Amino acid sequence: MHIPDGFLGPGASGSLIVAAAALAGVAVGKVRQGMFARQKAAALKTPEGAEFGGPTVTKLTKHGQSLVFRMAVVGAFIFAAQMMNFSISGGTSGHMLGGVLAAVLLGPWAGFLVIAVILVVQSLVFADGGLFALGANIINMGLVGAVAGYYVYRFLFKKIKKEAWAAFFAAWISVILAALACCLELAVSGTISLSVSVPAMVGWHFLIGLGEGLITALVLVGLNFKEKTNE
Amino acid sequence: MGIIALLLGGVFSFFASGHPDGLEKVAEDKGFIGNALEYPFATVMPDYAFPVENEFAAAMLAGLIGTIFVFILIYSFFRLFSIKK
Repeated sequence: MHIPDGFLGPGASGSLIVAAAALAGVAVGKVRQGMFARQKAAALKTPEGAEFGGPTVTKLTKHGQSLVFRMAVVGAFIFAAQMMNFSISGGTSGHMLGGVLAAVLLGPWAGFLVIAVILVVQSLVFADGGLFALGANIINMGLVGAVAGYYVYRFLFKKIKKEAWAAFFAAWISVILAALACCLELAVSGTISLSVSVPAMVGWHFLIGLGEGLITALVLVGLNFKEKTNE
Repeated sequence: MGIIALLLGGVFSFFASGHPDGLEKVAEDKGFIGNALEYPFATVMPDYAFPVENEFAAAMLAGLIGTIFVFILIYSFFRLFSIKK
């Protein structure tokens, strides 16, 4: 799923880099908002030793404090999981994207940021996914995979009321959606027409998504994840 | 979860399938894999192999270091955002 350099035209990769950077800014804002709460307190000490005083202070909530740590753990887990390519039929392999898993565990925008950081590391350190295609990869796997996948999950969760099943189908769908976004970018760049790429990409990612859904659901079951605790 | 991540990254990454992934496969089948460019600069661990002789150790180290690196990076980066308002 990681697009290498050269598949996309300069217009497509450039505009997607701008879009990804702008989204990252929005995401940081949204995540920060969730971390702080205005409280009345005399003096507060953060773990770093900084002290705040005064009648009203903006304080890091418990949820905010733990969020950073949880983001790092989930990020490390998804990075490791992404290295595990599993074979599917016909000499093809797939690996986990982890977008829905991150978004369900952390919320959509924290999930987006985690995926974005992983993609940057994969590109800069491991040369997996192109440098100029980084924007496209962040949009495909972060925005489509995590944020859109999260709302698919929310929709399904309201319908079927089971976290693991909703996550299974949402993860499956998110992989196919990400593959479609990839096709669209390739078509805009004139690399390959939609009529050729869509059946091929969706065919393979239908199977890869099955694996994605299974892993996502199993991890959530393993963590004994309950939707209420995340709100 | 962190321990599982380290296990995945360190031990099991060696057993990862070497087959081309979904996008690469389509690119090969439809004949545009040749469009792919080399990465613009030399990275530390291209293709998830730490620069040591032993193949197993190379994959293992790359997995371990990568996993720890991602953890530290995310933790310190977002810690910055959570300190001051």
